Amino acid sequence: MSDVQPGQGPRKIVIDPVTRVEGHGKVTIRLNEAGEVEQARFHIVEFRGFERFIQGRMYWEAPVIVQRLCGICPVSHHLCAAKAMDMIAGVDQVTPTSEKMRRLMHYGQVLQSNALNFFHLASPDLLLGFESPVAQRNIIGVIEAFPEVGKWAIFIRKFGQQVIAATGGRRIHPRLCIPGGVNQNLSVENRDTLRKDIGQIIQWCREALELHKSFVHSHEKLHETFASFPSSYMSIVGANGGMDLYDGGLRAIDAEGKPIFEGVHASAYRDYIIEEVRPWSYMKFPHIRSLGREDGWYRVGPLAQLNCCAFIDTPIAEAARKEFMALGHGGPVHATLAYHWARLICMIHCAEKIQDLLFDGDLQGTDLVVTGERRPEGIAVIEAPRGTLLHHYTVDDHDQITGANLIVSTTNNNEAMNRSVTKVAIDDLSGHEITEGLLNHIEVAIRAYDPCLSCATHALGDMPLIVTLEDADGSVIATRVKQ
Amino acid sequence: MSIAGPCALLPREPRILVLGYGNPGRQDDGLGPAVAAGIGSLGWPNLTAFDNYQLNIEDAVDVAGHDVVWFVDAAKTGPSPFAVHDVQPSPTIEFTSHILRPEALLAIARQCCGGSPRAFLLAIRGYEFEFVEALTPGATANLHAALAMLTGRIRAMQMAAPP
Repeated sequence: MSDVQPGQGPRKIVIDPVTRVEGHGKVTIRLNEAGEVEQARFHIVEFRGFERFIQGRMYWEAPVIVQRLCGICPVSHHLCAAKAMDMIAGVDQVTPTSEKMRRLMHYGQVLQSNALNFFHLASPDLLLGFESPVAQRNIIGVIEAFPEVGKWAIFIRKFGQQVIAATGGRRIHPRLCIPGGVNQNLSVENRDTLRKDIGQIIQWCREALELHKSFVHSHEKLHETFASFPSSYMSIVGANGGMDLYDGGLRAIDAEGKPIFEGVHASAYRDYIIEEVRPWSYMKFPHIRSLGREDGWYRVGPLAQLNCCAFIDTPIAEAARKEFMALGHGGPVHATLAYHWARLICMIHCAEKIQDLLFDGDLQGTDLVVTGERRPEGIAVIEAPRGTLLHHYTVDDHDQITGANLIVSTTNNNEAMNRSVTKVAIDDLSGHEITEGLLNHIEVAIRAYDPCLSCATHALGDMPLIVTLEDADGSVIATRVKQ
Repeated sequence: MSIAGPCALLPREPRILVLGYGNPGRQDDGLGPAVAAGIGSLGWPNLTAFDNYQLNIEDAVDVAGHDVVWFVDAAKTGPSPFAVHDVQPSPTIEFTSHILRPEALLAIARQCCGGSPRAFLLAIRGYEFEFVEALTPGATANLHAALAMLTGRIRAMQMAAPP
């Protein structure tokens, strides 16, 4: 919903039913002297001090504290911090039971988070159509048209939460990981409970993929071109090039699919990635060092996870990957809306991996923790639902954290989101009015990346999305707020 | 409309859910979880309380399984110490999965789970939202006032139910 108010000057139009202040997204579209779109920027509030907040805490507390960062993906932060703390604890390889417990938790997290994105955020646009009335274009409208979707949405989410609770003891703030391992295995009771449902979960994920493909096949041009552009991609992949969302080396490819770097251990990230600060944004702009500021930006997330891997080691997801990659005609798939298709394939992969693990006896093992010789620094990377997540800590002789640097998925996608919004603005802006259609398309583009509001508060009074149109000298022409 | 009225029509004591949400690591954003903790410690029958960083779609199952739901959140604006609003089901679509409103959750609960509880939003005024794991003194005072009001209204609902 939105509202209109007259502006204060002859060149301003303000549409401003303000409800929120922080935890919001802000889009600024700048016109040039000719009145054409020059650039668009998507601003989002992020950490704002978390890296200082954690300084002085004991290093083994980090996997728990970092869950404060995000209400949607606390598990990703928990696991990434734990991997970094393994390094500080002098542990290069945890036990099979520990690694598989962590993987089980991770697959549950990615499954439920991707399900939330697809069913709650994306499916109204994709299954009902971008131009369908906003009053109907929501999860309820989807459920009315496709009744089974509501069931899939809630119960795939719940299953993922059950996996998290079974591995971490609780669905909120799970406490599975400690430096060098885990503090529990998977009980037979929990294993058997999860075994009962996993087959159904896989089937529902497959049906959701088929439903989504029906949209793509009936909107091929839109799917290919909307908010799209060629780009580089980055994700971690396993040692043999296969998809591995939990551990592996960093791989980056260019827009033709040629490797920029691969097999890069997280601890060497600064040799390959630079984090640039720009004065107009709280967010940093990471880019690939060898390509420089202008050309070094890249995309992460499900689309990158599919584009960067050579194969997937679970059969249903691998078959789906092959069909998906055909869209790229031998190269990467660049369609921004293809994030959703890729997200569904990742869901299937995670569900298959969960099924495999539930029949792996190592999860009932009792060798849970390894110790080593303390190190002063820990760096780790993981593929979170929204893409590559990196944690970097330094620790003093008193075991206190002295420094932290986190690069979250949304930060990695910063430049790409700006470009998608710019593409939408160029395609859809007409005159000096921020129309409902433009606002709608900007949102559709942003939803593909599902930016993380990370540690932003969620208090009443926050503002969800503001779009501002500026002329060449920065004067505000129009503002529109999505409530 | 009085709270006791509709609940008195129930053939039993109403099942009440208090769902407090927010980030306790962001100062007064922890007001919602603090209320959930306070209500949960009462140990009263037919009263459930839990907290989370934010609302999630699977909460619809819990929401649908109760007669009355209190959503509790911190408020950056509005009256002190708190305000209470009726909440009606109303689906919305956001630009990120990091936002889900009580109205949307109620709509999902009704559509997917067949539950239509009476719902309220308790908005407790907060003042500071930085990276600190403690409420400000002003928010703490507001928390106490909100807890006193909420426990009183929950007790009134339960007393109004037929024996």
